[in-house]
Amino acid sequence: MENKILKKVDYIFQETSVSEVIDIIIKTLAKSPDDIILDVIDSGLKGRGGAGFPTGLKWKFTKNEDNPVKYVICNADEGEPGTFKDREILETVACKVLGGMTICGYSIGAKEGYIYLRGEYNYLLPQLNKVIDEFNKQLKSKGIDFVIFIKSGSGAYICGEESALFESMEGKRGEPRNKPPYPAVSGYNSKPTVINNVETLVYVTMICKMGVERFKALGTKDSRGSKVFSVSGDTPTPGIFELELGMPLADFVEDFGDGDTKAVQVGGASGHCVPRKQLKDTIIGFEGIPTGGSMMIFNSSRSMYNVLHDYLEFFNEESCGQCTPCRVGCQQLLKGIESVKKGERKPLYLDELKKLASTMKIAAKCGLGQSVANPFNSIVDNFREEIIY
Amino acid sequence: MSNIETLVKDLVEKHGKSRNSLMPVLQGIVKEERFLSEESMIMVAKELDLSAAEVYGTASFYTFLDTEPRGKNIVRICKTISCHMKGKDEIIEALESSMKIKVGETSHDKKFTLLTANCLGWCHKGPVMLVNDVVFPEITPQKAIEVIQDYAKNSK
Amino acid sequence: MSEYLVNLKVNNIAVSVKEGTTILDASKKLNFNIPTLCNHPDLSVAGNCRVCVVEVKGARLLAASCATPVSEGMEVFTNSEKVRTARKHVIELLLSEHNADCTKCFKNGHCELQDLASEYRVGDHVFIDLVKSKDKILDISSPSISKDDSKCIRCQRCVRTCEELQSVSALAVVKKGDHQRISTFMNKPLDEVVCTNCGQCINRCPTGSLTERTYLDEVWNAINDPSKHVVVQTAPAVRIGLGEDLGYEPGERVTGKMVAALRHIGFDSVLDTDFTADLTIMEEGTELLTRLKRALVDGEKVALPMMTSCSPGWIKFQEHMFPDLLDNLSTCKSPQQMFGALVKTYYAKKKGIDPKNMVSVSIMPCTAKKFECGRPEMRDSGYQDVDYVLTTRELAMMVKQAGIDFMKLDDEKYDSIMGNSTGAAVIFGATGGVMEAALRTAYEIVTGREVPFTNLKIMPVRGFEGIKEAKVMIKDVKPEWAFLEGAELSVAIAHGLHNANELMKAVRAGTASYHFIEVMGCPGGCLGGGGQPIPTSPEIRQKRATAIYAEDEGLPLRKSHENPEVAQIYKDFLGEPLGHKSHDLLHTHYKERKRY
Repeated sequence: MENKILKKVDYIFQETSVSEVIDIIIKTLAKSPDDIILDVIDSGLKGRGGAGFPTGLKWKFTKNEDNPVKYVICNADEGEPGTFKDREILETVACKVLGGMTICGYSIGAKEGYIYLRGEYNYLLPQLNKVIDEFNKQLKSKGIDFVIFIKSGSGAYICGEESALFESMEGKRGEPRNKPPYPAVSGYNSKPTVINNVETLVYVTMICKMGVERFKALGTKDSRGSKVFSVSGDTPTPGIFELELGMPLADFVEDFGDGDTKAVQVGGASGHCVPRKQLKDTIIGFEGIPTGGSMMIFNSSRSMYNVLHDYLEFFNEESCGQCTPCRVGCQQLLKGIESVKKGERKPLYLDELKKLASTMKIAAKCGLGQSVANPFNSIVDNFREEIIY
Repeated sequence: MSNIETLVKDLVEKHGKSRNSLMPVLQGIVKEERFLSEESMIMVAKELDLSAAEVYGTASFYTFLDTEPRGKNIVRICKTISCHMKGKDEIIEALESSMKIKVGETSHDKKFTLLTANCLGWCHKGPVMLVNDVVFPEITPQKAIEVIQDYAKNSK
Repeated sequence: MSEYLVNLKVNNIAVSVKEGTTILDASKKLNFNIPTLCNHPDLSVAGNCRVCVVEVKGARLLAASCATPVSEGMEVFTNSEKVRTARKHVIELLLSEHNADCTKCFKNGHCELQDLASEYRVGDHVFIDLVKSKDKILDISSPSISKDDSKCIRCQRCVRTCEELQSVSALAVVKKGDHQRISTFMNKPLDEVVCTNCGQCINRCPTGSLTERTYLDEVWNAINDPSKHVVVQTAPAVRIGLGEDLGYEPGERVTGKMVAALRHIGFDSVLDTDFTADLTIMEEGTELLTRLKRALVDGEKVALPMMTSCSPGWIKFQEHMFPDLLDNLSTCKSPQQMFGALVKTYYAKKKGIDPKNMVSVSIMPCTAKKFECGRPEMRDSGYQDVDYVLTTRELAMMVKQAGIDFMKLDDEKYDSIMGNSTGAAVIFGATGGVMEAALRTAYEIVTGREVPFTNLKIMPVRGFEGIKEAKVMIKDVKPEWAFLEGAELSVAIAHGLHNANELMKAVRAGTASYHFIEVMGCPGGCLGGGGQPIPTSPEIRQKRATAIYAEDEGLPLRKSHENPEVAQIYKDFLGEPLGHKSHDLLHTHYKERKRY
């Protein structure tokens, strides 16, 4: 399909062989670790998992830690409803992910890398293991001291939170840790750790291949580069698309909507719901609404009550349960909208719930509980009547 | 040694005798047995020098580490928003009536357990069904029933 | 913690604290108290209840003050509008999943959540009551501990206690999301799992979710039954803990008032477990010397090191975790059970009471004793030797229920017989105390001289270090103990089951060679027992220990073998230590239990 407005780019999914990636690595490793980190900082690459922390800084902090054991971890616990790009990347161009991990390992001084793959993607394992074996073999033959392993999750959305992911890798319940300390100081096995999203690591390989300047030429000042979007919902063209960052949401809807778009949920269940009237003023990028790539389109046939109800059920089940605001807050939000719908509580109760959601946003222990307010407040604010009646 | 004892010992041998091995060991058991029995969790606790409650606490955190008896094949229907919009309810209804069990239940012949799952990562091709580790995107009620019938035939 | 100082402001007041200090502690230094629930001085930091959140200038998120270290230039606000709203929300959320039937709760008036609700004047409940929609899971299978899920606020203090302090992990956090709860393995009843009944979880539960199984009604019924002769014994650590629940600061000795109160309550005989503590020293000391003799002189294979057996939580731990070391345990019953066996035989006979009309009650700093008294082995008198065990806390409730103005009571003395004791018995209440008492007596028996420590204070065995070691050189012995001449007696002491676990691993591995080991199941020994007043902390336990040693020093007799009632019972009833009668009444055996 050709977009009418947005230009599709093709960096991520460009076919590349293991040996090509190894060549990129060898070329890159001719530079000093510090120079590579400077390049990554200079590129403006920010994490593609959703939070958008500058990748190069993460690496720098970890490199600065004085510890003989460090780790690189690829966060492949893609669980955000509406997001499916990491699966596609791992299915088609896994070797570029491995390339990014190796370059990171060299830069920070780590000799081991792990991919934490969500249990729902276990069927990728045979194929992934083959690529990893081949890759490890080639690294070894080239004298590069880095090995990559894979660990599986077992069905827990929260393990996408970095510290919960470490806990899970350590054989524990995936309960997020207190921060500080941050992973750069104490991550997996309490060692300095860089944890990057699948897509971020591919961009590392791409930046090393095409150079910082070409990458910087894409996107906007605050949102450098391109991004893989997972498009679903009421769209004639669901699927995965790599687009430049910094686009107005209205342009996106023009290209991907079905002509009857009522709202777009940007960033998955934990993201924001943007109603039609705000599409024009909303920029997709770190200066506007950042996203892990999920774009879910709703047309006028959809009940936003049902949408919110689905999200809240999801959070209710997937909260780790350890902190009060998230564990109990999620239950209250869900039961709250149910009771307003049934008329057991007055519509004004929605305002109490919004205040509660705002407390969750600042008082919950991790990103899960903190982000429930995003869908809740944006849907209740924009579709209040649908929640009540 | 019972089968489960051998299985646990082999898994611990393979992954190492440390807490970090707990997940792969439990996953290995579920792969063979479809769920974690009391006996198997106790075995793991013994082998890794953990308390049984710790093993249960960890296992029960993860949706795919079931601690309740499950059928030979686990059928999971994604219930999250995109699949909901694309008709997961019809799939579930079709399966419930053809398998004669409700979501959460296991068939009498222990061949199937029907469950729902949170987002399986196929939002552009919903509704999606996962049977054990195999994905069936863009499933229809008719196709879902056929897939299950195939599994029924092939797992005597 | 480093010596480097960090400067910050709390509520606009400047303060300098050591690097690594939490916001919570820095604020405390300025007398700003921040409420906490999941935080506990004995446990690792959880940061999960979020009631202690504070605002840090410039930060998007509120910080959990218990889990956030200070940083240079930080500006903290502990009571801003944002903080107050969040805190109130957290309290209201907790109340919405908490069975807030406070007036019917055993912990009514002693509940941290109730205190917070009252502090924040939570009036009408804003949120939907979630308790109704959940299964009520009340577990009263254990004779020691009652676990009520409907009152649990998931702070995980109990889980951390069971794991970090006790190395048992009978409790774990299970499931997630709205199904998350605190549970045993596969939701089994507490009496079917590895729980040692130590009650340390109760001591740290902020609500009424974990409490002792109470036998108050049974005891009141017995007291009010004129056909019953109700005997009460009080453990060493009760007298230095009870005051805390009756208006005193920690560390107050209330022995005389306690005895008076027990009489006011209506117990027919008020006796002292300390008496059988002294007796334990005679029996256990003799047992140790006998084992040493068999090993050294007769060349027999004897289980050494010998280990103390006073602490029923420790005993059950050993039965579950180290069944291969059960022979190392002294066969002596605990002082409570020796007392029980004697009260319905020796005491009954002396006083002319038919034991079938006796009810034997003990007041203990312990919840495991509630289990111990029901063990089938503990019926050597021909009846259940101890009928009911009450905790220190339950005794305080009785005192209040009886309308006794405790602080105004005049001191009274225990009844005789079985009411006399020495300082050696009192120190049973602190970790290292049994060891010290044993050494005071054994050394003197063997050498004819007092132990070579100033004022009988054997300092190396005192204090709260997790595992303590001491060596005592034995020289110039009496002729009958010639085989011990020049021997160096090597002993070790552990308190809290985590430390016990470490020590036992070393013993099992053969990397530790001791002759005698004292283990107490609870941190600090009985003074920190699961039945003692709540709260507990290292500081509070230190004050209780100081009180115990002061009680010891204030007594005229401080060596068990000098207790005249002990001499009398051997003369009149038992014969000699480890004699036939002792064997029947005062010694027991242990059984292997499943760890899983």
